[in-house]
Amino acid sequence: MSGLRDALRRSPRARWGLGLFGTFVLLATLGPLCVGDPGEMVARPLLPPSVDHWLGTTGQGQDVLAQTVAGARWSLAIGCIVGVLVTALGALVGVPAGYFGGKVDEGLSVLMNVFLVLPGLPLAIVLAAWLPPGPGSIIAVLTLTGWAWTARVLRAQTLSLRRRDFVSAALVSGESHAQVMLREILPNMTSLWVSCAVGTTLYAIGASAGLEFLGLGDVSRVTWGTNLYWATNDAALLTGAWWTFAPTGVCLALVGFALTLLNLGLDEVTNPRLGADRAWRRALKAAGMQRAESTPRLPAAEGER
Amino acid sequence: MIAYALRRLGFYLLAAWVAVSLNFAIPRLMPGDPAAVIFGRFQGRLAPEALDALKAAFGLTDAPLLSQYVTYLRHLLSGDLGLSVAYFPSPVAEVIGTGLGWTVLLAGLSVCVSFTLGTLLGVYVAWRRGGWLDTALPPLLAFLGSFPYFWLAMAALWLFGFTLGWFPVRHAYGADLEPALTLAFIADVLRHGALPAATIVLVTLGGWLSAMRTSMVTVLGSEAILYARARGLAPRTVMLRYAARNALLPSVTSFGMAVGFVLGGSLLTEIVFAYPGQGYLLLQAVRNQDYPLMQGLFLAITLAVLAANWVVDLVAMALDPRVRS
Repeated sequence: MSGLRDALRRSPRARWGLGLFGTFVLLATLGPLCVGDPGEMVARPLLPPSVDHWLGTTGQGQDVLAQTVAGARWSLAIGCIVGVLVTALGALVGVPAGYFGGKVDEGLSVLMNVFLVLPGLPLAIVLAAWLPPGPGSIIAVLTLTGWAWTARVLRAQTLSLRRRDFVSAALVSGESHAQVMLREILPNMTSLWVSCAVGTTLYAIGASAGLEFLGLGDVSRVTWGTNLYWATNDAALLTGAWWTFAPTGVCLALVGFALTLLNLGLDEVTNPRLGADRAWRRALKAAGMQRAESTPRLPAAEGER
Repeated sequence: MIAYALRRLGFYLLAAWVAVSLNFAIPRLMPGDPAAVIFGRFQGRLAPEALDALKAAFGLTDAPLLSQYVTYLRHLLSGDLGLSVAYFPSPVAEVIGTGLGWTVLLAGLSVCVSFTLGTLLGVYVAWRRGGWLDTALPPLLAFLGSFPYFWLAMAALWLFGFTLGWFPVRHAYGADLEPALTLAFIADVLRHGALPAATIVLVTLGGWLSAMRTSMVTVLGSEAILYARARGLAPRTVMLRYAARNALLPSVTSFGMAVGFVLGGSLLTEIVFAYPGQGYLLLQAVRNQDYPLMQGLFLAITLAVLAANWVVDLVAMALDPRVRS
């Protein structure tokens, strides 16, 4: 986990991202206790935001604030579970492929590449339409359609770690292949699979909202996706009831943004060139020098020309 | 070079075969048989005799799986995807045909605009890195990119369509126009397509920008660029002909994969705008439990994505001699 700790220490982006995401997780766990029952009809339908109902009411007279807060729970849970499952499945396919090479790699790589080019969302829609509607189906569908990218990234990294001396040393000292993969290789690419898991969580939150928006989820359960499904079904756009879909969308975007920031921060740490620039600018400023188009130039050199 | 192109074609044919087989397997792998699933979804609105008809329609005879598979493949090759339930009694292939052009137009155009614009911005931002544009633009676009496609579409539709009335709110062309190659019709199609296309471009722009920026930053640090500068070439030339050209390759190779991803998103955008493409048909299929149409759409979309990927491979090959060897 040192890569993650490093990222948090060194990158403000990663700290902001994790903080914002943490806020939403807190909201999802504790929030539903503070607001009323999201399914209950509390007032006239489609009331604009007011003192009684801060975010107005839906087409069925439910409180939008309660719906948004309650929706966070399933949406985030689905995203995180898919993130974990996809990373596990990706590691299960990608690490052995890179580690063993040869025929094993060839076979698994074809499998990964095929799943990578098949368009994920249409496949997910077809699968979800056949399965009984509900969070379990959506988790299964998104895991099955989303693992290939993670597998490919982990395979590439395993391929380069495989030839390092510490792997040979572990093998010579009598560790089995499974032990080497679990104890030597996986811990040495923590920041990579953490970043894959974060990316997948981001994708899964959006995709599950998309599936539910289509009506493929359990429409009686309150999630961000079903909130948007009901908003369109109740003709929110036609009647100008922006408050029925705006809060959910902004929450989705903020969670997405938080995860993007976290990943950018992780990237900065693993690829120092990306972050080096800011440090360089600060150093130049401190030394009273100015920068040219792309490479630094001393003020004195400017005068000599 | 031809060998490489053919090898890639072979891979995409394999992928197409996997998609076709998945299409066959999915209904048969599900708990219960597909006809019973559909029957259950209609909740008693179907006469019991319809169950047998449904089974026949799905080719779910008592024949062994292998011969069912052969029948399925034979029907597929002759373009027979069954009859649509939502648009009964039109054949699925015909229904899909009505939406194909609109999807290719909307998604294709948006992807190309987004790729060109995002890549150019990425080049510029990397060139002036640390500047105000580099500080402001990537986070802003990353934020916009975090919105789900269809939600941004809803917001744009509400603001620019309903509230401000600047753009038409549904369909691909006005109800008073007949599809024809006239100037008035084309102008109307552009007016209808502008808002959906703009939302797709806005969401995807950030990805292209940051991919190109990362790639540019690496190339700009190379000695080839230092040498080009030392030769005293104009900065513009160094930026575009030396750095950007070399940095472009990773973006081009990821373009193929992005096509599938963007197409998925544009399907949802179509639904919001009631744009008569594949996405809108997909919604009709989901709403009406039209499984033949749904699976036909999956096949059509997949084949389109595979074809696009192959073309991208050929372009990448033309751009980079290393790919060829």
